[in-house]
Parts: sequence; structure tokens; C-alpha cells
Amino acid sequence: MKPLLEVRNLTVEFNTASATVHAVNDVSYTLAEGETLGIVGESGSGKSVHALSMVGLIAMPPGRVVRGEVLFNGRNLLALSQRELFDLRGKEIGFIFQDPMTSLNPVLTIERQIAEPLRRHLGLSASQARKRVVELLELVGIPDAERRAGQYPHEFSGGMRQRVMIAIGVSCNPKLLIADEATTALDVTVQAQILELVRDLKKKIGTTVIWITHDMGVVAGLADTVQVMYGGRIMERGPVRAVFNDPRSAYTWGLLKSLPHGSQRGVKRLYQIPGNPPDMTREPVGDPFAPRNRFATERCFRETPPLVDAADSVSGHKVAAWYDLRQELAKLEAASHD
Amino acid sequence: MTEMVTAQESPAPLVQVERLCKTYGGERSLLGAAKPQLRAVNDVSFAVMPGETLGLVGESGSGKSTTGRVLLQLEAPTSGDILFKGSNITGLSKHLLRPYRRDMQIIFQDPYASLNPRMTVGDFVSEPLIVHGVCPNRSERQDKVAALFRKVGLDPAFMKRYPHEFSGGQRQRVNIARAIALNPAFIVADEPITALDVSIQAQIVNLFQDLQDELGLAYLFIAHDLSMIRFLCHRVAVMLRGRIVEIGPCEAIFENPQHAYTRALLSAIPIPDPDLESKRHPIAFDVNANLPPQSAVLEPVGDGHFVLRG
Amino acid sequence: MKSFFSALLQSRAGLFGFVLVTVFVLAAILAPFLGLPSPTRSDLLARMAPPTWTGLFSPGAHPLGTDELGRDILSRIVYGSRVTLIVACSAVVLGGVVGVLLGIIAGYYRGIVDRVLMRIVDIQLALPLMLLALLVVAALGPSTRNLIIVLALTSWLRYARIIRGQVLALREREFILSAHAIGAGTWRIMLRHLLPNVLTPALVIATLELARIIIMDAALSFLGLGIQPPNPSWGRMLSDGRVYISTAWWIVTFPGIAILLTVLSVNLLGDWLRDYFDPKLRTSR
Repeated sequence: MKPLLEVRNLTVEFNTASATVHAVNDVSYTLAEGETLGIVGESGSGKSVHALSMVGLIAMPPGRVVRGEVLFNGRNLLALSQRELFDLRGKEIGFIFQDPMTSLNPVLTIERQIAEPLRRHLGLSASQARKRVVELLELVGIPDAERRAGQYPHEFSGGMRQRVMIAIGVSCNPKLLIADEATTALDVTVQAQILELVRDLKKKIGTTVIWITHDMGVVAGLADTVQVMYGGRIMERGPVRAVFNDPRSAYTWGLLKSLPHGSQRGVKRLYQIPGNPPDMTREPVGDPFAPRNRFATERCFRETPPLVDAADSVSGHKVAAWYDLRQELAKLEAASHD
Repeated sequence: MTEMVTAQESPAPLVQVERLCKTYGGERSLLGAAKPQLRAVNDVSFAVMPGETLGLVGESGSGKSTTGRVLLQLEAPTSGDILFKGSNITGLSKHLLRPYRRDMQIIFQDPYASLNPRMTVGDFVSEPLIVHGVCPNRSERQDKVAALFRKVGLDPAFMKRYPHEFSGGQRQRVNIARAIALNPAFIVADEPITALDVSIQAQIVNLFQDLQDELGLAYLFIAHDLSMIRFLCHRVAVMLRGRIVEIGPCEAIFENPQHAYTRALLSAIPIPDPDLESKRHPIAFDVNANLPPQSAVLEPVGDGHFVLRG
Repeated sequence: MKSFFSALLQSRAGLFGFVLVTVFVLAAILAPFLGLPSPTRSDLLARMAPPTWTGLFSPGAHPLGTDELGRDILSRIVYGSRVTLIVACSAVVLGGVVGVLLGIIAGYYRGIVDRVLMRIVDIQLALPLMLLALLVVAALGPSTRNLIIVLALTSWLRYARIIRGQVLALREREFILSAHAIGAGTWRIMLRHLLPNVLTPALVIATLELARIIIMDAALSFLGLGIQPPNPSWGRMLSDGRVYISTAWWIVTFPGIAILLTVLSVNLLGDWLRDYFDPKLRTSR
């Protein structure tokens, strides 16, 4: 598989009057064509900012790309002009955002909003665009597409609006689709339908997808590769089964362990990660998770661990950690038997 | 689930709502056109036992949050009764309701909107003590607030700070400290962990559990995250468009769901395990085609397990 | 207090505003001790004398010139600041307190209270302010007290409307619901929870209002309804000197600059105070 996207040493800061927020710190990874990458992280992990900064969608200033390259099909996106980015977004890279309420313009019909990128990027005529709009609405599972195309956003339910957003996202057959918390604002039953739709679309049109979320469950069912981010860094990444079944980062392990699962009869307390999310205005030193990590060594506080291949795991499974989680867990296990 | 057994043995419920309704709209505006009516809460009845956690699950627009607010009479019910320890407190004046406010508290979803940005968190936590004339002595009150801070896992040195200096999880701890300041018996927790980071949710859930053990609190725990409900609750009520469609012991609801909507809801939860997740098949449920008729009633299907049929 | 000044020293604009306001206030208070000629004594021999900087400290000097009756302009500005500042500040405070309170009450109670208050605002806005002022002064007679009342009357509705809107949004916030849930009384909710959260917009309106009121005072004085001659007021000086602008520019220019500097310094100080009272910005300083 040839790489579609190569991110190298991406570092993004936000400079405000009182402080500098180190949002993304030295993030590097490659994404193969046809792959679905699930990026998991909590607020301040840099998961959204790093994706938005790749295509010039963060406000600059206060945002600033300090370092790095983002090669998309061999072209460095960070070196493109506003004009070139404008042509690229929506055409080669499609987006789906969290809130389908605010992402659609309330005074334009759905047809106008889907047709806009078609006419701008693909140069379709009005009648061609109209035909394509109806096809797209059918593709994303909106019944009675002919009639619905002429309606306004308020006539659609939340789930239907998100389907429209997906239709806009894939309208120009983008090579890459970036979804940022695209199902977070939706009810679980609607989320299930949307995830079903995305899986289905991938089969039909084979788009490469970056799916950004905080929900481990969503990633488990959707992604080929998982990338766990914390404090603006990649803590761990790898094939979804390897990361979920054999996590090597204490953060991934803690997150998975803290989620309630099944009936847990008789269990009174959940496993909890201590402490609070990191202060992103601090100069990043060492492993960002170290202050909350029970396995942290002295080195974790001093030196930033590089993202390297995890020992004895499948290819592509990488972790940034100075400690050996398997060893630590074995020690823990042994101690609990004493 | 030993607590549940004891809860069932003690017959007197702590809080009861009977045939609670809340309707919005319907009134005529200045120009004479009546606004359409919306039944946010429609004929809802349930009871919460002392020391019990009742989970209230539903999607947006199901009326679960409104139920919690109407129960505490932060909004006036359209009809129905609210009983606390057997006495009917529906429609009492602000003055007559005040003693009951000590026993019933609420924690909100949004840790950002639920703190007054212009008040130090120490003042915010001490406010209920002032309002109810507990610890009129200032230094005594400071000590009490410091003790509350420690109880919810906050450093009392933070008392002089303003809300914006805290993370979401810490703010939620401040809200919890305020809610337990008057030693209530019952707390409505309205999606208290939804807005928190995943790594913080477990901390707050554990705090809820610890406080229940220590203070014997009963919770009405409103949520849409079913996996958390399953972990935390003794009993669960499922709401759909203002009505309870199923209510029963937690295990019964999760192991043996009876209503089609409950099944759809359960099947929709993503599981953080790639092997299980690939085998999961969500069941579709069209709400508009399956709205329960007004005449539907809750019928027993098991021990304390009821489902809406009709 | 210490933190107030150390915070002030960090902001150049705030410090500038504060110093200027202090100078104006001190000048107004200490006017009789500054060795200025009487503001009302006319010297017909020295009519419309241009500003002169020679012999600045000799008794007959007029550093900012004299007006059409030979009165010393510097002295009239300093004494005029007493009247102008007292009238304008009182009107701003009176209008502000009434407007903020009524705005909070309207937004908090909504319903009939809100509708009645807002209709009054609408009706008053439909009347030309000047007409209203004329009616009131005609009815009550011109005096400093009545002037303050008139100016406050034109001012309160601006606060009331904006504060009401803020309160309507605030009262849905969860911390207000939380105050209801602990059984807090109406006054506590209004004063402890709503008021501190509307002070920022109120302060912004107040700085704008002060400027407007000084100019409105000038207009009323021009119509003979404000401060009665021969007492100096900046507005009156502006309107009286207006006719001589082509022959004696200093008569209108200096009171104009005084108004400009006052408004500017109050705005700068107001901006800084707004930030100072915002706990979010205070800690970062």
C-alpha cells in the first residue's frame, strides 16, 4: 500500500496574550490509501487540532504551525497558499464535523449546500449537480431524496442532518475523509446508524478515513488502525486488535480498564486514572502522561519517549513509553496473588 | 447487589412521583395563535428507595432531564404528585418548600455552566449553609467547607479560586460538594459525567459510589450512557418521548429487555472490544412509527420489572 | 488595594485613563486653591484675548485665552468641570443603578412585569429624548438636581434593555437553577448571582453613557435648560463659543478638548476596570 498521507514532526502552538498552548507536539505518522485511522483522545490531546492544522483550518494567529511537513500524495500541504488549500478542501479532502446543527446554513436548501462544492470543484452544470445531489442523498440513505433535496436544514432530524453532512463530505469523491467527533452529538441509536452508513460507504467507494473521537467503542468497530493521543503526542498506535487486546501504553491500558463493561457484579469501584488532564500551557517535557502514570519511571519525567515498535507485537504496533507495560502488569499480577 | 435487597425490604420509598406530567406550549400568544403543545413528561410514575440508585435512560428529547427538574420543582409540574417520605410536596410555595430543599439536591451536566463564574468556589459551596442558616459562625462555616472539599477530593487551599481555574472534573467535584453540603438524602444527578473526559469519568463515578456508601444517599441518575448506568444503578427506567416504556432491576433490563426500544438502545452501544464489536448488530427502531398510545399501561413482566404495553 | 495599583501599573491604557481622571477630579475639588481668576469675572478690556504663554504666572495671564466677555477660559474649564462632572457622574450612576435593577427585575420575573417595563422603554424610545427633557425641565424648572434627573431619565432604558437580555440568558444557566435548588431567596439570586454577572456590560454602557450625557448636557445648556449662566459648564461654553469659531477658535476648542479628554480617559479606565473585575483575566495578569 502506498502512503496517501505522511505527517512528519507536526508541531502546533497557540499564542495568547498570557500563555502559549502547546497543542500538538512532534506528531508523525503515515496513512495508507484505503486505510481507516481512528484517532482517540480527550480534550486537549491535540487530536482535532492536528487534523485541522494540516489543511489550514485553524485560525492563524493565534495558531501557528511551528514545525513539520504534511505530505498528501507527495505535496506538502503546509506550503500551499490559501487559494490552493481552498481548492483542495472539499475536493480531495472531505470533512464531517461534530455539530450538524451549526455546520449547515439554515437559510439555504440542502440541494444548494451539497451542490456548491460540486459546481465549484467539479464544474458541474446546474442540472448535472442536481442529479448528483439526489444520487448522494440516496447513497447516504435519505429516503425520498428528490423531494428532500429542496428542503431546509430545520426540516431534517439530527441524524438526517449528519447524513447530509456526510453527503457533502464525500460529494467530490475525496481521497481522504476526516470526521471530527462526527457522532458525538447524536443519540446512540442514531450513532449506530451513522457508523453503519460509514462502514457501508467505505465498501462502496473505498475512501481513506481519519475518524477522530473520544469513544473507544466507536473506534473498535470502525478503524483498521488506532492512534491514541494525549497531551499533544501519539502515545500508541497500531492495528486495532493489537492496541485493544495488548495495549503497551499505560494511558491506553488505563482508559480501557476504566470503562465499565458487562455486568461487573459485585464490583463497587471502577479502575480510575488519578489526576487531571495536563496543563497544555506548560513547556512539554518528558512523557505527558507521567504525572498520572503509576508505572512512570524517573526518566519519564525528564525525557520524551520516542514512538518505537512495540516488542513482540504485530508490525505497525508502536508505543511511546520508557517503561515496559507488560512487565509492570506482570509484577502487579504477582503482587495481587501474594 | 445486596443494597437492592435491603432497599426492597424497607417498604417506605424516599421519593415518589405519581402520574407526573409536564407540558410546554399550548398557551396563546399576544396575537392569538396557540403554540403547539409538547408533552415533555407524560404520565411518569416511579419511586426511589433510601440509599438506592435509580437510572433514568433515554435519548435527547425523551424528557429525562425535565423529569429530574420537575421532580425538584425547579419547573412547575403540569399535573401529578411528588412525594418526599410520604408527604405531598407538589406546588408548595417557595417558603414551604425550603426545608425540603435540604434533603433533595441536583447536580447538572455542564460543569462550566453550573458554577457562577463571578463567585469563588469556596463561597459557592458555602452558599447552601448560609441560605439555611447552618453554621452561622463564619470560621465554623469555613471549616465545614474545607471538610466538604476534602470529602470530594479537592484541596481546601483552592477555596479562594474562581471556577475558570479548574478542569471539568474538578468543577464537577465542586458541584458535588455544594450538593452534599446540607446532608441531603436524595440527589438528582443530571448527566453528571457526560461532559467529562473519559479518563475523568471513572473518578467521578467512584466518588458518587463512595458518597452513597458513606452518607446513604439515594440517586436519580440521568444518563444516556447505558454502560455506566449498568455499572452504577440498582434499578433502571427507560424513557421514550416523555413516557417510561420499561422499568425494572438493572440486571433484568440488561439481560432480559422486553420493550423493542430498550432492545434497540442496548444493541446500539459501541463495545470497546474489536472482536465483540465486529459481531454486534444494532437493531433498528423507528420511534415515530412506534409511539406508545396514550392508553398504554405498564404491565408487570417479572419481579419489579414492568413494560409499557397497549 | 495594593493589588489594584500593581495591576494598574501593568496596563498603559488603564494607567493613562486613571491618571487623567484623577487629575480632573483633583482639579475640580481643589479649584478655589489653584490661584485662578474667578470664572465669572468679566474683563471687557481683555475680550477674546488669544491664548498666551508669556508671563504665565503673572496675575492677569490667560493661558487659554478669554471668551467673548473677557472671562478666563482655563478657569471656566476647571470650574466647569465641577458642574459637568457632578452632573454627568450623578446622572450616569443614577441612570445606571435604576436601569440595571429594573433590567434584572424584568429579566428575572419575565411575564407581566417584563412586558410593562419593556413597553415603557419602547414608548420612551419613541419620544424624542430632547422633547422629553424639555417637558421635564419645563415642568420642574431648571436646576442642577433637575438636570441630573432629566439626564438619568434619558439613560436608564439603555441599561435596562441590555441587562434584561443578559439576565434572560443567565437565568437559564445551571448555576441559577442550582441556586433555586438550594432554596436561595429572590434577593440573593438577583444580587449574588445575577448582578455580578451583568456588571461587565453595565460598565461598558456606563462609559458610553458618560460621553453621551456630557454632550446632551451641552445641548440642554445650549437651549438654556441646563446650568444657568453665569455659572460655567462645558456644554454651555461650547454652545456660547460656537458663533466665534472663525474669529476666536480657542473659545470652543479648549472646552471641546476637555470633553474629549474626559470621555477618552473614562473609556480607557472603564475598559481596564471591566478586565480588572473579570476573574478570568485577573489571574493571568
